[in-house]
Amino acid sequence: MKGKAWKFGNNIDTDLIIPARYLNTSDPDELAKYAMLDADPEWVDKMKKGDFIVAGENFGCGSSREHAPIALKAAGVSAVIAKSFARIFYRNAINIGLPIMESPEAAEEIKEGDEVEVDITSGTIKDLTTGQTYKAQPFPKFMQKIIDQGGLINYLKATLKTA
Amino acid sequence: MGKTIAEKILSNHSGRDAKAGDIVIADLDFMIGQDGTSGVAIDSFRKMNAKKVADPSKIAIIIDHSSPSPNEGVSAIHKKIREFTKEQGIKLYDIGCGVCHQLTPEQGHVVPGNLVIGADSHTCTYGAINVFSTGIGSTDLAAGMISGKLWFKVPETMKVVYKGKLPKGIYSKDLILNLIGKIGADGATYLALELYGEALDEMSVDARFTISNMAIECGAKVGLMAADKKVLDWVAKHSNKKPNPQTADKDATYKQVVEIDVTKLEPQIAKPHQVDNTCGVSEVAGTPIQQGLIGTCTNGRLEDFQIAAKILKGKKVNKDCRLIVAPASKDIMMEMIKDGTYQSLIESGAVAVTPGCGPCVGTHNGVPSDGENVISTANRNFLGRMGNRNAFIYLGSPATVAASVIEGKIADPRKYL
Repeated sequence: MKGKAWKFGNNIDTDLIIPARYLNTSDPDELAKYAMLDADPEWVDKMKKGDFIVAGENFGCGSSREHAPIALKAAGVSAVIAKSFARIFYRNAINIGLPIMESPEAAEEIKEGDEVEVDITSGTIKDLTTGQTYKAQPFPKFMQKIIDQGGLINYLKATLKTA
Repeated sequence: MGKTIAEKILSNHSGRDAKAGDIVIADLDFMIGQDGTSGVAIDSFRKMNAKKVADPSKIAIIIDHSSPSPNEGVSAIHKKIREFTKEQGIKLYDIGCGVCHQLTPEQGHVVPGNLVIGADSHTCTYGAINVFSTGIGSTDLAAGMISGKLWFKVPETMKVVYKGKLPKGIYSKDLILNLIGKIGADGATYLALELYGEALDEMSVDARFTISNMAIECGAKVGLMAADKKVLDWVAKHSNKKPNPQTADKDATYKQVVEIDVTKLEPQIAKPHQVDNTCGVSEVAGTPIQQGLIGTCTNGRLEDFQIAAKILKGKKVNKDCRLIVAPASKDIMMEMIKDGTYQSLIESGAVAVTPGCGPCVGTHNGVPSDGENVISTANRNFLGRMGNRNAFIYLGSPATVAASVIEGKIADPRKYL
């Protein structure tokens, strides 16, 4: 996965990612139109499919709305790289199959506009603009299984089949 | 080795000796969804090819976030929820019943020792009555509805001790705002809180809900308190389920212990646009205010309105300011009507809206205009939270909001007491 980095600060809450006033649908493409709206109203028009969000600490804090990772995924975000994630967002992102990577160093050093390449399986983040390589925190084994299936829905379907 | 309350409740529900850091699959006693999140949960339920929920008596869906519906899109979601609950035999609380986090304990669905999930981040509220309850997303709710179980990482615990007696004019809201300011918006991420102290012992169960409700604002998974006599009496009044109260062992392991001396606190304010951006009221007193909000799952209980009504009695909301009141449930609204609080607030110039979440979450019922300042008893002041990213939200106790709307600027409530 290759794309451009868009930088955001600390404590990007789910109201910034998708305001509650747009939760009047569960259609991912409709939700995608409002992704990051209250953080940067022009961002959806500026970003391209495949780009990355690079943020500070506690990304996705606040509401439990799953619409937040759904909107980012549908907008075409390849992955969110952050110093840390809020608990519910972290779990929701894994459940719906939005790749997230925790790397304080990468989140600190990657600059807005840098070309970034990511290998989710190995957890490698490459800043092609600076040539720096970073390693993301590995997921617990149990979560990796859900990620490998592309989310909780597929994971449960697969588990139910083998059970 | 001793156990925390979180470790005990998760052990009891997973049938194993669970310690912090373990991943357990646990049986759920109850689960809830609301109209903001249940649409996606129902979609996930269908995508998982599920036909029946495991046990409809353990589920409730509450229409509170946009209630009654402000637009066609939300109406379609409400319709989907009504059809789903009917099809599955699930308890539905339709428009006007109130906010999920008031209804779930008030209507007797949860009791001490229970394990509960909710597709709403403020599900941590029931920690005040010794329930391990935590917010999850829609797909996790779907998985819970289908299997009756969910996986949890057993959290480490942060112990918070509030020392001393509460001074006049200081309320539970001030205590939790102070803690969040102290440890930060991610100060307790992935942790459970256990909260203790004389100040908590002396306050009502309703006041304690305010504290547990905001545990998520410092990232905590749940804000647990012990089940004392007040809790057991409260629960007996609201539920016929059997409580199984859990206490922490004396030698339980805590990640961190935080002590707060409440005797020196002044009323607390969270400034825009983060809940941990707190200060004493004196720092921002005099800031002009165009709208006040008293209500929400944080501070929409009878006691909250009684405190506000007492301050506003014989006075009027400032002519340059509006006051919206949103009771947390229909039962609370009825009690307010019975004891005169409702009439008293309306006489002072308050505007009452349907019990629900609307103004707090910005879906309708009080969206501020560009450049306006709002003082609110809600739990969040994020940019855009009340529906307009160009407005500014300050958080405080019901007393602070009442005093501020009288003056049309942020005011210390203690001079009115």
